[in-house]
Amino acid sequence: MVMRSDHFRHHALPVLTIVIAILAAWYVGAYVLNASFQRDLDRRGNVTSTPIEFLAKTMAQPKPILPAPHQVAQNLFENTFLRKVTSNRSLLYHAWVTLSSTALGFAMGTALGIAIAIGIVHVTTLDRSLMPWIIASQTVPVLAIAPMVIVVLGAINITGLLPKALISTYLSFFPVTVGMVKGLRSPDRIHLDLIRTYHAGALQTLLKLRLPASIPFLFASMKVAIAASLVGAIVAELPTGAAAGIGSKLLAGAYYSQTIDIWAALIAGSVLAALLVTLVGLAARMVDRMMGAKPEGKPA
Amino acid sequence: MRRVIRNWHSLAASLLAVAALTHLPLTLPDATGPSGHGMMIAAGIVVTTLLLQAFEASGPALRGTILFLGAHLCALALILNLAGNEGKMSAAFFILVAASWLLAWASASEFSRQEPRQKSLKAFLRLLIPAIFGAWILILWEVVTRGFGVPFILLPPPSAIGIRIAGSLAILWADVQQTIFKAVFAGYVIGCTSGFVVAILADRVDFLRRGLMPIGNLMSALPIIGVAPIMVMWFGFDWQSKAAVVTVMTFFPMLVNTVAGLSATGTMERDLMRTYASDYSQTLTKLRLPAAMPFIFNALKINSTLALIGAIVAEFFGTPIVGMGFRMSTEIGRMNVDMVWAEIATAAVAGSLFYGLIALAERAVTFWHPSSR
Amino acid sequence: MQMSKKISTATAKPYSVVSAQNLGLTFDTNDGPVHALSHVDLDIAKGDFVSFIGPSGCGKTTFLRVIADLEQPTSGTISVNGMTPEEARKARSYGYVFQAAALYPWRTIEKNIALPLEIMNYSTSERQERIARVLDLVNLSGFGKKYPWQLSGGMQQRASIARALAFDADLLLMDEPFGALDEIVRDHLNEQLLDLWSRTQKTICFVTHSIPEAVYLSTKIVVMSPRPGRVTDVIHSTLPKERPLEIRETPEFLEIAHRVREGLRAGHGYEE
Repeated sequence: MVMRSDHFRHHALPVLTIVIAILAAWYVGAYVLNASFQRDLDRRGNVTSTPIEFLAKTMAQPKPILPAPHQVAQNLFENTFLRKVTSNRSLLYHAWVTLSSTALGFAMGTALGIAIAIGIVHVTTLDRSLMPWIIASQTVPVLAIAPMVIVVLGAINITGLLPKALISTYLSFFPVTVGMVKGLRSPDRIHLDLIRTYHAGALQTLLKLRLPASIPFLFASMKVAIAASLVGAIVAELPTGAAAGIGSKLLAGAYYSQTIDIWAALIAGSVLAALLVTLVGLAARMVDRMMGAKPEGKPA
Repeated sequence: MRRVIRNWHSLAASLLAVAALTHLPLTLPDATGPSGHGMMIAAGIVVTTLLLQAFEASGPALRGTILFLGAHLCALALILNLAGNEGKMSAAFFILVAASWLLAWASASEFSRQEPRQKSLKAFLRLLIPAIFGAWILILWEVVTRGFGVPFILLPPPSAIGIRIAGSLAILWADVQQTIFKAVFAGYVIGCTSGFVVAILADRVDFLRRGLMPIGNLMSALPIIGVAPIMVMWFGFDWQSKAAVVTVMTFFPMLVNTVAGLSATGTMERDLMRTYASDYSQTLTKLRLPAAMPFIFNALKINSTLALIGAIVAEFFGTPIVGMGFRMSTEIGRMNVDMVWAEIATAAVAGSLFYGLIALAERAVTFWHPSSR
Repeated sequence: MQMSKKISTATAKPYSVVSAQNLGLTFDTNDGPVHALSHVDLDIAKGDFVSFIGPSGCGKTTFLRVIADLEQPTSGTISVNGMTPEEARKARSYGYVFQAAALYPWRTIEKNIALPLEIMNYSTSERQERIARVLDLVNLSGFGKKYPWQLSGGMQQRASIARALAFDADLLLMDEPFGALDEIVRDHLNEQLLDLWSRTQKTICFVTHSIPEAVYLSTKIVVMSPRPGRVTDVIHSTLPKERPLEIRETPEFLEIAHRVREGLRAGHGYEE
């Protein structure tokens, strides 16, 4: 009992306080940003309202500059739970579209990243010639050209899931490569020497020592990679060609100034990101336990 | 036998060159500019291999140089045959390209076997080896696009992109000024500075840290780039809205990394400061900030790429008629893909320079860290 | 315990640098309370070289950390230079040497020694002069411009001792400073430490788990034992102040070492 209240005071309470502060600032912001438009509206309509009524009206505009949190929450609720899953207005539907290309891109990116890392660790020439380009590859704002890649691939009839997933692959292979190179090189000299005394070949060393040692690094970089994959998928949905997905919701919202829709799509994307990262975290913990890591909180 | 294994790249290249002889000439019968250089190039590859055998015992530096010269002279001669013969190249051509690639690969492995003592030579090699790799990406790109006659829309050859860049320097420069010098720099400076300041505050006020860190960690994983349309609505079409997107994107990585860095000191180091009765600001400036520098630079590096992406993507949601994102989205509409690629190349160079500058500063500041010494 | 008190009162000089009465410290852990220190009475006189020896968990390091105000006792009283440990720390009355050198890698050796001086607001010229002096004391002149990672472990530890000597604290607290070094380097540093002690007239509290080291260095050896951490014996060395390394083969030395070993064995004989 004592432990639980301690936990609350040290973890939940501060987070809760900050969240409430953000919500409060959000409401104040909504009032301040929407007030002048509402005043215009009232003046034109010759309406006089009490301050309370006025306040309520700033929070109920159909296309506010900044929608109030409850407007976003309502939109989110309606479009998540009250629509048919197959409906074009259902956020679940759009989230599913984004999720599938994220997952495909993530899987391809992780596989590619691991393959490149294994190559780099084993072939000196690759290590010295490829590593600088891998870092440079991330300074290319691929995310920025993602819509173009989609259009170009569409021009030669490659459409649907794959082009979007390719963007996610490009973004997610990098953290995995960097993390895995570190991980595969993480065994101590002493462990490498030991397996060398057994006259183990490169493949055996990889399977029995390097790969197990790199698992924690792999999961840490997969957390980054899955978030990057999602961003890639969303941005890849921005060109008008894409009819579905969280990115297309964002663009449609921007196009028709449906600010509430934009915010709802943003929140949906964030929830998706949080879920995915948590999922990878859970998988990491499960694998950790399977590999016999010591349980957390207890010293060795 | 060991000698064969050691030189398999060049031996295979020679075999390929001989095989290419049976498929000569380099161009198909209906090519407009038939080429008769195939024999000479194949001979060049074989001569390179023979030279290598003659100087086998002379150390990797000379061997690498022979291979390097042989590979790239042949490659150059091959590429010169491409002009006017798009899509009309014969199998001999591609076999010879593969042979020169093998030679180039062999030269890169010879060079990476080198461990020179001299610092300048070491730095030169560190540039040369990836440069060979980069050059071959361009060479193969050129060979594939022109050799197979890949449609221009799908992938223009690098030479065409290069010509386009040279011809539109003024436009590119204006775009760079709009997107990078205004939006990226302003947003980057504001985002990183405010992230740093809030991190110090959070470090000072424990309650704030406990509240902000889970949120900051979550935010770092979110697709923040989605705020771009909102920012464009709030701050207008010009660079201010892009700077705002960049600010939001760079804030959280800086916050999270700085806070993590500030707690990266060992208990012994902190106890030491305590025995000196050192106050908060002394401990901060003399111990914790220096120790946090690797983390802070990590955030600066992550943010340098994020900033560029944020500014360009935000331009898709509305811009004045200048800027890299604007140019890309309008030129792709007109199917001027070479101009889009010119912008991409510019962005890549700018991004690499930005990243490189920060990496240099990092080496100067965190020279003491095990990863840089 | 009774005897130790008698001895310390009998030989106590007019003013003791560290004085502990009935000192206790209990840590609350998930596995129940741990008595790191219990009923410790001890007086350390000015100019003493006191070694604390005992198996791990006997509270020797904890006691040093209590003197340094890095841990707070849960019972009893302790004074350092006649003040509370906190006041003593704020008056910068002691220098502390840790198990590892704990030099900051981004500062040169000089700058590392300058660190406490900067914090204590010494002038630039004063800093220069002191750095030169302490570098000379630990035989590191000429290495001031090097970075810590460019020096050997023994040199790093000497630099950390120089750092503790740089400001005028006449109490030096050393927590197994040579524990991580090899025997040969350790012998050498022991010799140098004795030389330094006789030249500077400092009071030194020295935690170790090596019997020869404790006997060789100390004027007074405090033997401690664990569960609960307590003092089981205080031995006054009869060795002369001048101690060449060979003294370790004399019968007198071996006899003191024997007594220390007996004390240690008595302390946790019940374990077997």
